[in-house]
Amino acid sequence: MGTYVPNSERVQQEMLDVIGVKNVRDLYCNVPKKMFVKELNLPSEKSELEVRAAVIEIAEKNRVFKTCLRGAGAYRHFIPAVVKSITSREELVTAYTPYQAEISQGILQSIFEYQTEMCELTGMDVSNASVYDGATAAAESITMCRDRKRTKAYVSATANPQVIETMQTYCFGSGVELTVIPAKNGKTDEKALKAALGEDAACFYLQQPNYFGLMEDAAAIGEIVHAAGAKYVMGVNPIACALMKTPAECGADVAVGEGQPLGLDVAFGGPYLGFMTATHDMMRHLPGRIVGETHDVDGKVGYVLTLTAREQHIRREKATSNICSNEQLCAFTAGLYMAAMGASGMRQAATLSMSKAHYLAKALQKAGLSLAYKGEFFHEFVTACDEKTAKSIEKALEKVGILGGLSVDGGILWCATEVVTKAELDKTAEIVKEVLSK
Amino acid sequence: MNFPAELKYSKTHEWVKMLDDTTALVGISDFAQDELGDLVFVNLPIVGDDVVAGDAMCDVESVKAVSDVMSPVSGTVAEVNNELDDAPEKLNEDPYGAWIAKIENITDTDELLDAEAYEAFTKEA
Amino acid sequence: MKLIFEKGAPDQHLSLLPACDVPEVSFKEERALPLRLPHVSENELTRHYKQLSDRVHGMNDGFYPLGSCTMKYNPKIDEELAALPGFTQIHPLQSAETAQGCLEVLHTMEKNLCEITGLDAFTLQPAAGAHGEFTGLLLIKAYHVHHKDFARTKIIVPDSAHGTNPASARMAGFDVVNIPSGPDGCVDLEALKAAVGPDTAGLMLTNPNTVGIFDKNILKITEIIHKAGGLCYYDGANLNAVLGVVRPGDMGFDACHLNLHKSFATPHGGGGPGAGPVGCKAELAQFLPGPQVEEKGGKYKFVTPKYSIGRVRGFAGNFDVVVKALCYLLTLGKEELPHVAENAVLNANYMMARLKTSYTMAYDTFCMHEFVMSLEGLHKETGIAAMDIAKGLLDHGIHPPTMYFPLIVHEALMIEPCETESKEIMDEVCDVFLQLFEEAKTNPQALHDAPLHTPVRRLDEVAAARHAIVRYNFD
Repeated sequence: MGTYVPNSERVQQEMLDVIGVKNVRDLYCNVPKKMFVKELNLPSEKSELEVRAAVIEIAEKNRVFKTCLRGAGAYRHFIPAVVKSITSREELVTAYTPYQAEISQGILQSIFEYQTEMCELTGMDVSNASVYDGATAAAESITMCRDRKRTKAYVSATANPQVIETMQTYCFGSGVELTVIPAKNGKTDEKALKAALGEDAACFYLQQPNYFGLMEDAAAIGEIVHAAGAKYVMGVNPIACALMKTPAECGADVAVGEGQPLGLDVAFGGPYLGFMTATHDMMRHLPGRIVGETHDVDGKVGYVLTLTAREQHIRREKATSNICSNEQLCAFTAGLYMAAMGASGMRQAATLSMSKAHYLAKALQKAGLSLAYKGEFFHEFVTACDEKTAKSIEKALEKVGILGGLSVDGGILWCATEVVTKAELDKTAEIVKEVLSK
Repeated sequence: MNFPAELKYSKTHEWVKMLDDTTALVGISDFAQDELGDLVFVNLPIVGDDVVAGDAMCDVESVKAVSDVMSPVSGTVAEVNNELDDAPEKLNEDPYGAWIAKIENITDTDELLDAEAYEAFTKEA
Repeated sequence: MKLIFEKGAPDQHLSLLPACDVPEVSFKEERALPLRLPHVSENELTRHYKQLSDRVHGMNDGFYPLGSCTMKYNPKIDEELAALPGFTQIHPLQSAETAQGCLEVLHTMEKNLCEITGLDAFTLQPAAGAHGEFTGLLLIKAYHVHHKDFARTKIIVPDSAHGTNPASARMAGFDVVNIPSGPDGCVDLEALKAAVGPDTAGLMLTNPNTVGIFDKNILKITEIIHKAGGLCYYDGANLNAVLGVVRPGDMGFDACHLNLHKSFATPHGGGGPGAGPVGCKAELAQFLPGPQVEEKGGKYKFVTPKYSIGRVRGFAGNFDVVVKALCYLLTLGKEELPHVAENAVLNANYMMARLKTSYTMAYDTFCMHEFVMSLEGLHKETGIAAMDIAKGLLDHGIHPPTMYFPLIVHEALMIEPCETESKEIMDEVCDVFLQLFEEAKTNPQALHDAPLHTPVRRLDEVAAARHAIVRYNFD
């Protein structure tokens, strides 16, 4: 009797009688007999009790750090209890895509609310219902911007390397030529950008704050991009957006990013949330689902998936994106997170993260490290040191339950968020000082 | 079903209104809009593009489908009707008023049908 | 119901974060735009979302026979274990030594999926089925480029395919050759032979296909493609019919994706997240996205294949979804896995047997895990379309089947009951289907008016698309 199969062998036999066959394998009459699997080389079935024990044992092989000073694309922020409580409701977890609008208003309305919140956060006009993650959002943005005459895409070297690599992979598919604009002192080399953009430039992607945590001169860069007639795509940190000049204010045509900081666990990389917002003019170029408001036959307000003729199930080979399943439950979580935090809570999370990162930067400087780059930063920064020292610092911190910054080219990329305390930061600086004095 | 006599038609259900010997407005016929159902968007052609009679010129979207609009003539797109961006319903409500593109340098119109022949054609189809 | 923005008052908020214990820092230049987010108390917040979740049809609300979607029961133990802090609190850039458990999950899953599909290597990076298709097609592209066979630019796709197939092929830079299906809904071998040539990069196929039939010519099909120098890609959307019974690798496929959110019982989340791992034969393994997990003497580490196409997303994929799928596999084991497929097929054939007394089946033969009915005849006779029957089901608390797919069947309703439904439920649902069929003849207006008992009734999709309102207007 199969686990989760409710029909007993007796009932299965009754059903076979109705169908008019003797054995269930008779229904596989089109399968060439030699093709049937004899026995799979897999472990034997387990009871729930055994599965729990086995998987807990695997989880225990991971080290959960009490203190996390590592970001680089995945951030441990505070997640309100109400977020976990609501997002574990079975209906929300198990429902299908809301194609049957009459019985899916809860999901559709939540997406409409999420879209509104993302527009507020970024200042942009429209938002889609999500894509897989920040890296794929960046990659999809290229397709939004290219046309027959503008076929080249550009990305700053100061973007997250995994984002750049994902864009490159997508471009291997589409045939778009992707050029990386070099960095200068940790920021985008604006002169090099200006020189690179020609009449065939489709778009330029800038990350704000950039991979090294630095604030780019995003408005000025936007002007350079627009002067060349290209579209300006910004990849932004959603927590920073609560405080910093928004992509809209910097002239972005498309603003995307990794939505994981909005109430999602770091969870070894996923599931996360790629958010995509744009100006009204770019709305129809957005990939993926979009929810719109309408009314029913009685005039009651309701929500539906709209502008669907852009999508693969209708446009097939003429669609610009193949996305079908997205990250709906993650978008729901982000929407709920923003509702729980409110504008003041979002600003507070951003201010606390930024302030703690600056405190840590000062403490590490006192301990003997120096900052690799000058300039304004948000909640991440790089300290300069050789690889060996970086490794020693990481190991020493690990011993006391602190996940230190990430080793990057030329130093360590640190991150602080609202969840770390002054005491934890002081302790970190103390240990770094010890390592450096050896 | 309306088939204005002053217009020419293609077998792919577009209408052509000649403005002079080599310039015309084109749109989709009453028959076409009825078959396509409620249209919600038109992806207008690009000004300056060359179009070839019988090849796709642009597409129109209903809620559940996207359909190519063929160019009824060969020529160059001189102008497009941007009004349709905000009012795609005009394609349904007033198909012969809702021109999609103005085509210039038209080279061939021989294949086009007159209203009577087109009406007969739609009844066969 | 009101939007969250219309509730509460500007001074309401939750008390979540402490005062700053270090000197406060802010940006030199801050945003000038207002940030208009909801402002509600915790009680109002939970009530709002409870109200929303009341307006959602989940697995716990009733039958969910969406064809091609595999809406099976999602075990609770899988959710519980995926929520262990030992998984959720692990940073994706932790050192391999401190994340051995996560790497073990990935490695074990890669190995198990190889065995289940009869393929040699897997990547767990793709986040969804369509993402997997794109990845698999890039492997095929990389293979031909590697062999300097630049003329292979075409991907063959049957006209019954999921829309993602041709869209993925385009994204990977291929031209799409659509081939018509035969009268039995399967690949027309002559059409296929005529379509292949030195420009054939590969074929995308799902088997059983989208009309729920296992293509008996499958070995001939993959052979035709291979002889022409192309590769065969298996769209794993319909794997549930053959899980543990037949393997894509044994059918002659070179690469495939699986949908963990279908066949491996991870929940759909209202549209995602899913996971779309991609497997391939050995000759394609060197092109897989990096990183892959390698095991040596019980230690795991990340490695990147030699000629990797590069990453297709950040980090290691939808990891927590993979944990759930692993729990499911551990529970079933080699003994129960084949029963999943067998019972999925049994249930579908049972429903088909009961419904074909009234409804017209698109293909009158045994089906696999799903079957397609054509309501063309009923529509002509009564004016009741597939859509109307679907809306009628809503008033009975039943989620409608997939409508108007595949495109090759007119007025299609596609039913996939899944192995986790009981005969008792299916009998109730069949009774409703049969009742609606009669109602179409006796009282069609009632079906045109349906649904009556849902939170909203039929919505104006045309108005929504013509003048899109896609966010709340605060002004």
